[in-house]
Amino acid sequence: MAQVRVTVDGVNYADDVEPRTLLVHYLREQLGKTGTLVGCDTSNCGACTVHLNGQSVKSCSVLAVQADGAEVTTIEGVARDGKLHPVQEAFNEFHALQCGYCTPGMIMQAIDLLGDNPDPDEHEVREGIEGNLCRCTGYQNIVRAVQGAAQAMKPGATADRGAPAPVAGGGN
Amino acid sequence: MIPSKFDYVKPASVADAITALQQGGDDAKILAGGQSLIPVLRLRLAAPSVIIDLGGIAELRGIREDGDHIVIGAMTPYHDIIRDDLVKQHVALLAQATATVADNQVRHRGTLGGSLAHADPAGDLGAVALALEAELVIAGASGSRTVTAKDFFVDYFTTALGEGEILTEIRFPKYTGWGSHYEKFNRTAQAWSMCAVAVAVKVDGGTISEARVGLTNMGTTPIRAAGVEAALVGQSASADAIRAAAEHATEGTAAPSDADAAADYREHLAKVLTGRAVLAAAG
Repeated sequence: MAQVRVTVDGVNYADDVEPRTLLVHYLREQLGKTGTLVGCDTSNCGACTVHLNGQSVKSCSVLAVQADGAEVTTIEGVARDGKLHPVQEAFNEFHALQCGYCTPGMIMQAIDLLGDNPDPDEHEVREGIEGNLCRCTGYQNIVRAVQGAAQAMKPGATADRGAPAPVAGGGN
Repeated sequence: MIPSKFDYVKPASVADAITALQQGGDDAKILAGGQSLIPVLRLRLAAPSVIIDLGGIAELRGIREDGDHIVIGAMTPYHDIIRDDLVKQHVALLAQATATVADNQVRHRGTLGGSLAHADPAGDLGAVALALEAELVIAGASGSRTVTAKDFFVDYFTTALGEGEILTEIRFPKYTGWGSHYEKFNRTAQAWSMCAVAVAVKVDGGTISEARVGLTNMGTTPIRAAGVEAALVGQSASADAIRAAAEHATEGTAAPSDADAAADYREHLAKVLTGRAVLAAAG
């Protein structure tokens, strides 16, 4: 067993894990963070995307022990004070989900993308979420939602929503 | 699937990593960014007894200028390479090719050294290192040695790295002011290159004075398209001359046939993509 000390969605944890434990399994099975999903066995689908020290990663392709000392943000940690993150709001508003399985990973990758590029054009959104697959092929509305979120997150764009919830490390 | 059991060590220095590697014996495996190794472990295509994680060795990360070279630590992630001003200015081909690797999440974790040491002939960066005549610095118990990219790639997933050795840094000569382009052909998002061509050319007054061309996934290692290079030098950077030179792109190749493409299709692609890449680089 190896020890992992990690901050997940603002809470500190210290746990013993087998070195072979994947970060996604640690999050889901030891911490109960089942908002982060497993969609494939090939590192392609991106459903398990979380932020590790502020950068999006596929948590099926990271060992839990590699996250020792790190800060992890999952889909469960992006809403603040009962308010959804603007990207979550936009996915709702633009009907950017059908079955919803890809949604947690899509949202985490979209937040990462908008941290890097606050005003992406359609092509840049599609490139930015290249690592996330929607099995319903609902990409049209996902792209619209990411661009809608970009507008909503512009400084001064929305008086009533308040500032976008920060994520670990502030994106990139 | 869940990987087979293994022990895990995270050394804090290259010297400690070499010691761990020696103690780990034949079954020890180095973990760099893990974006190839962890999927392989998950599919149980590999079952090492011990994993040596280089992620805690600060000296292996970073990009610096050293005279007429740009030196990249083996554990420098793709994400950093793509955005680095020194790389963009002096080794632009590397920045552009790296931006085509996999997807954003993978580029946050994957490393240049990990990719080169993995030596998948479908990987994009081997052809770049080969074409640009990079040197690879390898550390072992008896000190460090430097090998050229040409000597580093030995065979399918096989490099000049010996037992107990670790790739520590990659040294690229500066190609300041050269034109360059990486032309990659694949069918879907995230897919490996069916074929890709890495090109850097120096153009003086409309004439190509120097050329470097590397091919991805056209053999068991990255391949230097020496025939194309020779045919380009001294030619005008015109579409006709470039297309004629690109006809040499299959010389010395041994294209694989697999589910993505048959060998003869890859050979066709190599010529077409070489033409496109040189045109873009010289443009």
